[in-house]
Amino acid sequence: MSADVKLESVWIRFGDFIAARDVNLHIKGGEFFTILGPSGCGKTTLLRAVSGFLTPSEGSVLIGGENMAGIGPNRRPTALIFQNLALFPLMTIWENITFSLEVNGVRKAQRKKRADELLELIALPGQGEKMVSELSGGQKQRVAIARALCAQPEVLLLDEPLSALDLKLRQHMRTELRSIQQQVGITFIYITHDQGEALTMSDHVAVMREGIIEQVSDGTTIYDEPDTAFVASFVGENNRFAGKVANVTDGIAQVSTPEGSIRARCSKNPDSNVKTGDDVYVFVRPESLRFVSGNSIDNQMKASVYHEEFEGNMWQVFLDISSTRKRVKMSYVNDGSIRSQSGEKDLPVGFSSDAAIVLPQGPLAAE
Amino acid sequence: MIQGRIQNFLVIGFVALFFVYLFGPLIVMGLTAFNTSGFPRVSPWECFTVEWFDVLMEDTRLVTGVRNSLLIGIGVVILAVPIGLAGALMLMQIGPRLRPWLYTVTIAPILVPGVVLGISTLLFWDRIGLMFGAGEDTIFYDGIFLTIVGQATFISAYAMLIFIARLQRFDPALEEAALDLGASHTQTFRKILLPFLRPAIGSAAVLAFLASFENYNTTIFTIVSSSTLTTVLASKVRYGIDPSISALAVSIVFLTLVGAVLYEISKRRETRRARAQMAVARGEATEVKKQRPFLTEPAFILFVLIVVAGLGTVYFSGTVGVEECKIIVKEQRQAEIKRKVERRQQQQMFQSAVDAQSESSSDQEETQEDSKVTAKGTEGYQSVFSPGNLQGEVETEAEEEEPVKGTEGYLNVFSPGNLVNPSSDEPDEEKPVKGTEGYQNVFAPENLTDQVPAENSGN
Repeated sequence: MSADVKLESVWIRFGDFIAARDVNLHIKGGEFFTILGPSGCGKTTLLRAVSGFLTPSEGSVLIGGENMAGIGPNRRPTALIFQNLALFPLMTIWENITFSLEVNGVRKAQRKKRADELLELIALPGQGEKMVSELSGGQKQRVAIARALCAQPEVLLLDEPLSALDLKLRQHMRTELRSIQQQVGITFIYITHDQGEALTMSDHVAVMREGIIEQVSDGTTIYDEPDTAFVASFVGENNRFAGKVANVTDGIAQVSTPEGSIRARCSKNPDSNVKTGDDVYVFVRPESLRFVSGNSIDNQMKASVYHEEFEGNMWQVFLDISSTRKRVKMSYVNDGSIRSQSGEKDLPVGFSSDAAIVLPQGPLAAE
Repeated sequence: MIQGRIQNFLVIGFVALFFVYLFGPLIVMGLTAFNTSGFPRVSPWECFTVEWFDVLMEDTRLVTGVRNSLLIGIGVVILAVPIGLAGALMLMQIGPRLRPWLYTVTIAPILVPGVVLGISTLLFWDRIGLMFGAGEDTIFYDGIFLTIVGQATFISAYAMLIFIARLQRFDPALEEAALDLGASHTQTFRKILLPFLRPAIGSAAVLAFLASFENYNTTIFTIVSSSTLTTVLASKVRYGIDPSISALAVSIVFLTLVGAVLYEISKRRETRRARAQMAVARGEATEVKKQRPFLTEPAFILFVLIVVAGLGTVYFSGTVGVEECKIIVKEQRQAEIKRKVERRQQQQMFQSAVDAQSESSSDQEETQEDSKVTAKGTEGYQSVFSPGNLQGEVETEAEEEEPVKGTEGYLNVFSPGNLVNPSSDEPDEEKPVKGTEGYQNVFAPENLTDQVPAENSGN
């Protein structure tokens, strides 16, 4: 009961504005697929094209191998969970859940029975007679999921459904969503701007920027092997050094930067290859930066501690590189080996060339 | 401190003044409906009565007018509410560039004077009628039909404004959710949008009905040969009114109040329910208590009891003993007139006595004294018959407010011709005070009826 979704060369234009540029995606049946991007990048537009509220200007949407052109949202095998949930305020919970059955003329007794089953699934048994306004945020969330599942869709589309919840509830709902997805086994397409949600729940993540899909991969690859400068700067935190490639040998590039020469590995993606003379960025994760002693590591520089934040399990240290006053961030686990470094000057810091990645210069995520 | 008190006093005074301004006329009018006086007024108060409600029910023109007004009101609701709804839906869906234009077009009838709408409706349907060669007895010349159509042109715009206000609060995601769950567009409209709009439909219907009911300037043209409540009232005012109009107003105000109270009771129920639901959502309560049916709501029962008791009291005190009261009032009024006449008479007699005395120099001084003392007595009458008095000018009764001036003119009531009138004309009259028999014709029925407008204009 799960279908794959294919977007083939999809363009979506609103007048002069282009919301989707030549989007090609293949979402396999039964997987939890996330589209991640900053607000306004066109991810919701893409979702609406899949659900049928919007017709692509060019290209086609295929669900289960079938072209959806000319098929309205009410006849597609998809169900959408709206950002604001859009529960029907004038109906009881069970009427909300079984709305899809009601419009198909299913008898009331049968509908009630189905509602009870679904209320069991979302852990709200016996609450069917309540009104929507009697539920808390998390309960509403689950009712919205039950309502969508009741329509027995082959693809469930979720448009930032957790954004209205508080942090605690959001974390709880992440695991709950994932377990519901594994129980029902249908394709989930999830839209979010929250990378934490994307990385924890998804089988695959697509990172989107201004209507363009920048990279599609699983969570760890997205984090460790970003294809573009945008992905590297948007997903997680990264220190960035701008420079020029001096030479490339065995997948390690020598980059000359104002902070000195930096050795960093090249991307495995051939599209992101760099050659001598290219303007590039070197990205280093804060957790890859560390205090060093001796010549144990390829890239070393001197830095002064500007500011420290103690988070219990972690230290977040903001450093100024001594030569250029460039601000970088370092984080390390509080294992007791290092105490506060506040006010220290010209400490040796460094990172290995394996932990740094060199990517062609390109658009970056907004700070 | 003192300044604050003065400020408070001023505010309270202003509020009181405002309410007097607002409700004063309404209260006075309401009271006039229960006064037996033939002209709607509060003072002088005569008897408490509900007879004007009977008069109202027997006034066939008025009743027909009300019936037509109700018919037209219902017709306008049926026509204007769907048109307004369609217009509002259209406005919400149309592109932003066309929207201001469509809005202006649909709103225009509100801005056009009602008179123009009335005349144009009349002319337009007359042309249409001519086109089909229809006669005067067809729908194109039917006052009720024309009025419904004419009023609906601008009342539908009112309805549209209400719907727009409601639709602006509608979450379009609800519609999309319904479509997404497999509902057709018709099902979405029927199951999602229409229930959401239900309160607005109610408001629009009430507003449309009231706007239609009180409309005059369009109706006066489109009603042709029939009549509505407003046109009947307008013509009545022109030809003189009686308190049955107040009775009608009281009935309308009463019905409005009943409606308002019932609405308020049901609204409070809603608020209570919503609050209970919020409590459950916040986890402060476990469940919302099932509300009892509306008919057993304590506030509703109390209200019904108050209305029934109030109506019963008014009906009872307005029907029992009214005739007796009327007779008493009549007698009081007659007594009042009698008193006035008497006073005038005495003054007159006193005057003539003085005259007579000054004329006859042979009279002794003690008689003069006597006449002073007995000025109220009947002895003074003697001199009335002195020949000189007969020469006085004739005066009309209307000027009886100024008794001193020209009282001599009453002397001619003693002319022999008056004696021919049999005094048995007025059987219910009590034995007149001695010495006033000659004034009988003052109490003739015609005089009494004249009295009302005369006094009124005098005041």
